[in-house]
Amino acid sequence: MYGKGLRPLSIATVAAIAAGFSLVFFYAPLDADQGFVQKIFYLHVPLSITALAGFIAGGVFAIAHLRSGDRRWDAYSYVSIHISVIFGVAVLVTGSIWAKASWGHWWVWDEPTLVSFLIVFLLYATYYPFRYAIEDPERQGRYASVFAVTAGAFVPLNFLAVRLAESLVHPRVFATTGGGLPGSMMLTFLVCLVAIALLWATLVKLELTAKGSAGQLKRLRRALDAPAPRGSSRIAPEVS
Amino acid sequence: MPALPLEEAGKYVAAAYVVFLVLVVVYVAIMAAKLQRIERELRELAGFAEQRNREQDREQVTADV
Repeated sequence: MYGKGLRPLSIATVAAIAAGFSLVFFYAPLDADQGFVQKIFYLHVPLSITALAGFIAGGVFAIAHLRSGDRRWDAYSYVSIHISVIFGVAVLVTGSIWAKASWGHWWVWDEPTLVSFLIVFLLYATYYPFRYAIEDPERQGRYASVFAVTAGAFVPLNFLAVRLAESLVHPRVFATTGGGLPGSMMLTFLVCLVAIALLWATLVKLELTAKGSAGQLKRLRRALDAPAPRGSSRIAPEVS
Repeated sequence: MPALPLEEAGKYVAAAYVVFLVLVVVYVAIMAAKLQRIERELRELAGFAEQRNREQDREQVTADV
């Protein structure tokens, strides 16, 4: 059921990533200030925007789960957060590489943008132990949804606080006054943003497909009263 | 801080994009392994169901005789 549309989505993702990366290296001009290193931003910024949007989506799905009690929404919420955490790892690593190239340091502790993202990332890293500390599946889903809603509300607040804070060294890609990206850079950035968002959607769908199949397999095994093979237990929520 | 020369900046840019691609490839490989396991379990289950059906048919024949 979840696998429907996965193939066209995957093809669109690969095409968008290929187009985006081609634009990055063959079309977008070199930044006058940062030079070639600025190319990292076409990857780093879309990854961070998508990861943060994914965390918020996880919170929205969690609201739907709490309202309806349907465990499918819990699975959507779990998978959204899971993929966003993986994207968060990529954000931190690509950001550190850029920081080393531009600032000469892998990490700067007095920069609000970096530290706030790390706080959000670490907050969501606690989602897994929090979730799996509860054995009862119903309670596990409910408590995890409450966590996802609370943490999801924290993400935009955190983002706003950082925007209002005086940045010391972190560049603003979308400045509120003056500057901003020229047309060719903006086009490249938008294509990359769409490509990364498509990648997120594809990975979410892939994970949901796997979970859906695993859940159906488990029910089939139960219906046939067949013994479960060793190592077949899963900790992630299964969906129908 | 002045912009790094291309040969110096190139390795950082390459590292960032390689890290991203490695993460995606590792994730897809893990998912492929999971789907392979599901497929294997499904085959086992199909075999189990067939065997059970054969046994039931045999029992039916014995009872009829």
